[in-house]
Amino acid sequence: MTEAKRKRCLLQGNEAIVQGALAARCRFFAGYPITPASEIAEQLSVRLPAVNGTFVQMEDEIASIGAVIGASLAGVKAMTATSGPGFSLMQENLGFACATEVPCVIVNVMRGGPSTGLPTGPAQGDVQMARWGTHGDHPIIVLAVSSVLDCFTITVKAFNLAERYRVPVIILSDEVVAHTRESVELPLNSEVKVVDRIAPAMPPDWYKPYQEDARGVPPMASFGDGYRHHVTGLVHDQDGFPTQNPQEVEKFHLRLSMKITKGLSDIQLTKKYYMDDAELFVVAYGSVARSAMRAVEEARQAGIKAGLLHLITLFPFPRRTLTPYLQQCHSVLVPELNLGQISREVQRVNQRQCAVVKLNRVDGKLITPHEIYNRLVKLDAGRVG
Amino acid sequence: MPPSIQALTHKYLRHNKRFPHVWCPGCGNGIVMGALLRAITRLELEKDEIVLASGIGCSGRMPTYLDFNTLHTTHGRALTFATGIKLANPALNVVAIMGDGDATAIGGNHLIHAARRNLNLTAIIINNSIYGMTGGQYSPTTPFGSTTTTSVYGHIEHAFSIAELTVTAGASFVARSTVYHAALADQLIEQAMMKPGFAVVEIISNCHVQYGRRNKIGNAVDMLASFKEQAVTVKRAATMEKEELRDKITIGVLADRDLPVSTDEYKRIREQARSKREEK
Repeated sequence: MTEAKRKRCLLQGNEAIVQGALAARCRFFAGYPITPASEIAEQLSVRLPAVNGTFVQMEDEIASIGAVIGASLAGVKAMTATSGPGFSLMQENLGFACATEVPCVIVNVMRGGPSTGLPTGPAQGDVQMARWGTHGDHPIIVLAVSSVLDCFTITVKAFNLAERYRVPVIILSDEVVAHTRESVELPLNSEVKVVDRIAPAMPPDWYKPYQEDARGVPPMASFGDGYRHHVTGLVHDQDGFPTQNPQEVEKFHLRLSMKITKGLSDIQLTKKYYMDDAELFVVAYGSVARSAMRAVEEARQAGIKAGLLHLITLFPFPRRTLTPYLQQCHSVLVPELNLGQISREVQRVNQRQCAVVKLNRVDGKLITPHEIYNRLVKLDAGRVG
Repeated sequence: MPPSIQALTHKYLRHNKRFPHVWCPGCGNGIVMGALLRAITRLELEKDEIVLASGIGCSGRMPTYLDFNTLHTTHGRALTFATGIKLANPALNVVAIMGDGDATAIGGNHLIHAARRNLNLTAIIINNSIYGMTGGQYSPTTPFGSTTTTSVYGHIEHAFSIAELTVTAGASFVARSTVYHAALADQLIEQAMMKPGFAVVEIISNCHVQYGRRNKIGNAVDMLASFKEQAVTVKRAATMEKEELRDKITIGVLADRDLPVSTDEYKRIREQARSKREEK
């Protein structure tokens, strides 16, 4: 028997998301074509049927996420992919998935906005929408990808988190990551750690679909496997039936939040570069993190003690990871392809310990390493002076 | 002998659901629910095989009460969730229950595309010509000239014919009944559930609280009587002039045709994709 060997391949970000989804055992995709996310749908339409999965192109994005939630309720790992305008349309059903605790993955390859915006220009304008776009208080997990390899590994991670916490997980990509081709070596399917949802172990008569376990996450039965139950977007009790009893309503909300809070250390992913002795640092995510990495390396070569905190999880915002560095450093630079959506979070966490400096571009162009480097030099000089 | 109401109640209502239900006394929704249960009983389907999905509105609450796999979705989207369920597990018998506003206004796009897509699904649309739960505003099926809370000067728009719309959009099976014709309703639901492909049963129902009262038709009994008067069978309608049919409700099977069902067609796609992969 020959052992399977890893192969190097030249992929774009969108293709790596497809590979990651298949490796995570995603077997259902419903979507509506939109630039710059369309390659995900195109490739899955070819590959899903070959693994006994299903692809369907729906009439719009609202229908797409509806079908994704339906498929997940029927026991299949499901995803959709879209870009800004389509993501706006998905918001109501995204809230439904939060309330009913249906695992699913939504990829938003961000483009310039608002409205139809800049269809093929990179942007990071949907960060706060991913967190707060749907109405009401609700938990959600938002991850950002910055490289082709990320697109693979973070997609696998997204499915695993969705299944483990019974929550929709949003992957924010951007046009640069989506369409840049890189040579990557992907792990073999056998090397990929895949998490599946926990099925109920009790007899059907005993099953309470929204009764919490120690983690706050109830086991999930699929339609058709004998555990008949009711799923509703109304606030529901542990049996799944609508309730307006104040105690039950409060319990519903608190458990939804608590299950995510309990998993923070598992959910909040960051990468650190040169942070140990940093005197100033950059917080970045998505394609901007790539520019930031280069800028930080150049700053180090120039003798500036700069570091990079690369955010993968944007929400729940990794406050605990950030706080010690805000105490350690004199300044933090937050470059973003928007007018400051994550810098708001950094400022919120900062509590005036450290200077929070923004670097924003909203002209449909990348933030270059050079721009970040120049700001780091200025920040460093400002402190010395 | 058909099973008694009590037998159906004991078999299908959720004993652990804290009743009462939300429907007004005399509401047609209960008749439609009874018709659905009689059809399911005759089809001898297991409870586990059935998924009942609804949208929002009075009709949207029906799944809460019934002991199937049940799903109460967002407004207008029942068919999209149903599509995902059916595609993910084609063995399930999926029924979407919707109101007229639900199915034809906010969900109008999904209705025509579900019909065109022709998955093996059943859509039951309870048409009472009004938004009942939100207080009696006009819907896409509110007749011209009617009074509602958003058309107090008389409605100036024209009503959709749900059944004809879905025939044109490509459904395999389309039928119409009224809640007065309860026995016909359950026969049509039974036929719809057996039919491969997208099947629509429109059931004209009464909202005497919001529609009947405001339009001076009267109470639940008066409204049922009006359905009896207005109804003509498909067979009889074929012999009538267009003008004569203006205020009539045509009941019976409007379309029954064998079209490729996309749930089945997808099996072929899978085989093709697999063999292509094996060639590699």
